[in-house]
Amino acid sequence: MGRACYVDDIEREGMWHGATVRSGIPRGLIRSITFDRRIDWSEFAIVTAADIPGENCIQLIVADQPCLADDKVNHCEEAIMLLAHPDKHKLREAVGAVRVEYEPLPAVFTIEESERQDVIVWGADNLLKTFLLEKGDVDSAWARASHIVEGEYRTGAQEHLYIENQGMIAEYSATSGVTVWGSLQCPYYVFKALRPVFDLPEDKIRVIQTETGGAFGGKEDYPSIIACHAALLAMKSGHPVKMVYDRMEDLAATTKRHPSRVRHRTALDRDGKLLAMEIDLATDGGAYATLSSTVLSRATLHSTGPYLCPNIRVRATSWATNYIPYGAFRGFGAPQAIFAMERHMDEIAAALAIDPVELRRRNFLHVGDNNATEQQMREPVILDQLLDRALKESDYHAKRAQFARDNPASTVKRGLGIAAFYHGSGFTGSGEVYLNSLAGIDVTPDGKVRVLASNTEFGQGTNTVLTQVAAEALGIDYAAVSMASPDTGIVPNSGPTVASRTSMVVGRIIERAASQLLALLREHAGLDATYTQKEFLAACERYRATHGEVVSLCRYEAPPGIVWDDQKYHGEAYGAYAWAVYVAQVAVDTVTYSAEVEDFWAVQEVGRVIHPVMAAGQVEGGIAQGIGYALYEKVVWQDGRMANNQMTNYIIPTAQDVPPIQVYFEQIPFRYGGFGAKGIGELPHDGPPPAILNAIHDATGVAFNAIPLLPEDLYARLAATEKMAAQ
Amino acid sequence: MSKGEDATSSERSPAITFNVNGEVRIANVPPMKRLLDVLREDLHLTGTKEGCGEGECGSCSVRMNGELVNSCLIPVLQAEGADIQTVEGLALDGELHPLQRAFLEHGGAQCGICTPGMLMAAAQLLEQDPHPGIVQIREALAGNLCRCTGFIRIFESVAAAVNPENAHLATESTSGHLRDAREEGPHAR
Repeated sequence: MGRACYVDDIEREGMWHGATVRSGIPRGLIRSITFDRRIDWSEFAIVTAADIPGENCIQLIVADQPCLADDKVNHCEEAIMLLAHPDKHKLREAVGAVRVEYEPLPAVFTIEESERQDVIVWGADNLLKTFLLEKGDVDSAWARASHIVEGEYRTGAQEHLYIENQGMIAEYSATSGVTVWGSLQCPYYVFKALRPVFDLPEDKIRVIQTETGGAFGGKEDYPSIIACHAALLAMKSGHPVKMVYDRMEDLAATTKRHPSRVRHRTALDRDGKLLAMEIDLATDGGAYATLSSTVLSRATLHSTGPYLCPNIRVRATSWATNYIPYGAFRGFGAPQAIFAMERHMDEIAAALAIDPVELRRRNFLHVGDNNATEQQMREPVILDQLLDRALKESDYHAKRAQFARDNPASTVKRGLGIAAFYHGSGFTGSGEVYLNSLAGIDVTPDGKVRVLASNTEFGQGTNTVLTQVAAEALGIDYAAVSMASPDTGIVPNSGPTVASRTSMVVGRIIERAASQLLALLREHAGLDATYTQKEFLAACERYRATHGEVVSLCRYEAPPGIVWDDQKYHGEAYGAYAWAVYVAQVAVDTVTYSAEVEDFWAVQEVGRVIHPVMAAGQVEGGIAQGIGYALYEKVVWQDGRMANNQMTNYIIPTAQDVPPIQVYFEQIPFRYGGFGAKGIGELPHDGPPPAILNAIHDATGVAFNAIPLLPEDLYARLAATEKMAAQ
Repeated sequence: MSKGEDATSSERSPAITFNVNGEVRIANVPPMKRLLDVLREDLHLTGTKEGCGEGECGSCSVRMNGELVNSCLIPVLQAEGADIQTVEGLALDGELHPLQRAFLEHGGAQCGICTPGMLMAAAQLLEQDPHPGIVQIREALAGNLCRCTGFIRIFESVAAAVNPENAHLATESTSGHLRDAREEGPHAR
């Protein structure tokens, strides 16, 4: 019908439009700012750092990122000044008419440059964060090893490319404070960022999510910035202000996935069993700390894969550079770490001349085993079963044999690749305890049953799943339950909508709140053991008459036995793991050097599948993004700026590129998840890149260890290999 | 709107008259204003979305004289006298178009931002080829980018709108097979 209202579809009375003057250089001191006289600047509201009533800082984890650059810029496109005008078509010229003079400073563009510390661009040493994870005794294992295999693996930046660009509308008044409406994942993150910038009490800040056209992590941290900017312009101009980026600005200025470099050194015994793993994992964090520490944490905890290994050392570092700050993106460090691990498993298999399937099977974690953080696997682990299913559904062995026969005579080389992996659901370690989420259910006087949660819908199904959980737990019709508006003035803080935590963690709180509500109604309003929906609502009204508001809120409760040591990186890293085995069939054309994913099988265990159609949609969408990450999506950097910041030349998979995707769920309800659910949203992004590059290895006999892998990269190696073979 | 540019330019330019979703509409706008902006800003038909502004993503797809066009690439003067159909014109008298129903039932929309353009591209296809196979569906939607679904459920939705029985066959994919893992007994140790 076209009636859903996204932020750009909303008009407010007397609304102006905002735009951003951005840094043209990667690093330097701001010397002067001049305004071209051909513009009548009296028509504009102009905001600089000096106009910020509170702190010039975007609050997240480390308070290092200014809301507006004051005297110094640390990356291209860093916001320096804001402009607002009643006519949005006047803003582009005005932005171009603000001239900023800089004194350039040396900039750092690679992990290696940052590690060398010749130029310090952040803190005392460029090091945004480091973790050390140790299990057993790695150093003594090398001498006992039958084989030692080393490898280095790299992943590039990836752009979210949500189809709706970032956007926000803000209003300001001295009496009611700041109100923002926008495209965002985490209303309370934006809330937390606005407060110190405006130096206002909690009751003077209100954040409302509008329909959000895709996010994938891209609207986890960045919306705090654009919300502060729009609100500053609203305060300065005295009008509501809408800021909506166009695609080029969105691509150039907003966060992306952290690039990574992962080095593996692995000791194995004679039978191909893992003896020791030493992993050096480094990410490029960009100019400010933002979420780099937590992304690095998840990368660290996923770097050893779903395997049993007695001796492990992971050194993880995140380095500052002078690119835009990298941020949250579906998988949150896990895709980088899993790409390295699963590509490395195939390298080990090749070195030991063991079938890659067999090598994995020999090393899988099982129930009762301890993983890298010595978290004991207490819930069922069915990797063998997932693997068997993946092999059967893909007809893996017969197909590989067929390809081995056909490839020598064909210019198109086909191969199959496999990836086995897990993804931890919810916040890492004690994160969920710190979040202390509050969520629940209320029944309004007009008989509406509402879920009260700050978790947002952006296409992944939050609203459907949470209302479904509430309806099922209350024993009433799904159609009778709705979500309360995602508005910090209405809903409590049930934590951010990230980390595949909504169904499992918040779903479980809603389920408990429903039981609590039923208990209240039984005790105080005479609700019988069995009841109809009408009787349920009548009981709510009796309760209201005698006790007031019909509301039931619950806080997060950790599953028993969750102990996590943040210093030693030891203990229960995640409340639950989702498990998967993926198989990719890839065809490499040795004439055009294009690699095409022809077929894809995805077998997973994600607890109970609450909504099968949406769950499969999550898996398919994640796989498509994973295919893009592996084969299409390259952020081209030029002097610190994204050079291909257009859909014309930043290429994502289209309807012609996505293969048939076969999705299988093996269900084991998880007792501490909302109606048995575990996280699902991020898992499917983890598997495709290694499965695809393993398939290319299978097809061509050449190992590629970096993504994105574009035709020119295939050409460079394959043509050289052919030339050598010919000589 | 500011009192500057638009007022003066519309004084200079003749009004654009065209037919939008079966209604005659007159727009007093500069002739080079994008059809997308005229639909959204002047006619308040915000169902048509802007994704890229350069004709790559198809979010702004509308039908113009029976052709599918990217409304971000059309100066409104080209639409003089044209028949335009936007997503708001798909449902008749509040009754959802079969494609809209199929997208709802088969998970063809996740975040929804590409959906209006996707629906228009699919409607265009079905008008030209009432019984498309997967090859035709893929080709017809190749100019419309979706970042959420991986397209599989969109293909299935279009196939289901044609024939609800054959959605899976048409798309050569499975729809999320569910199986209770305990039925076969976990291989856990």
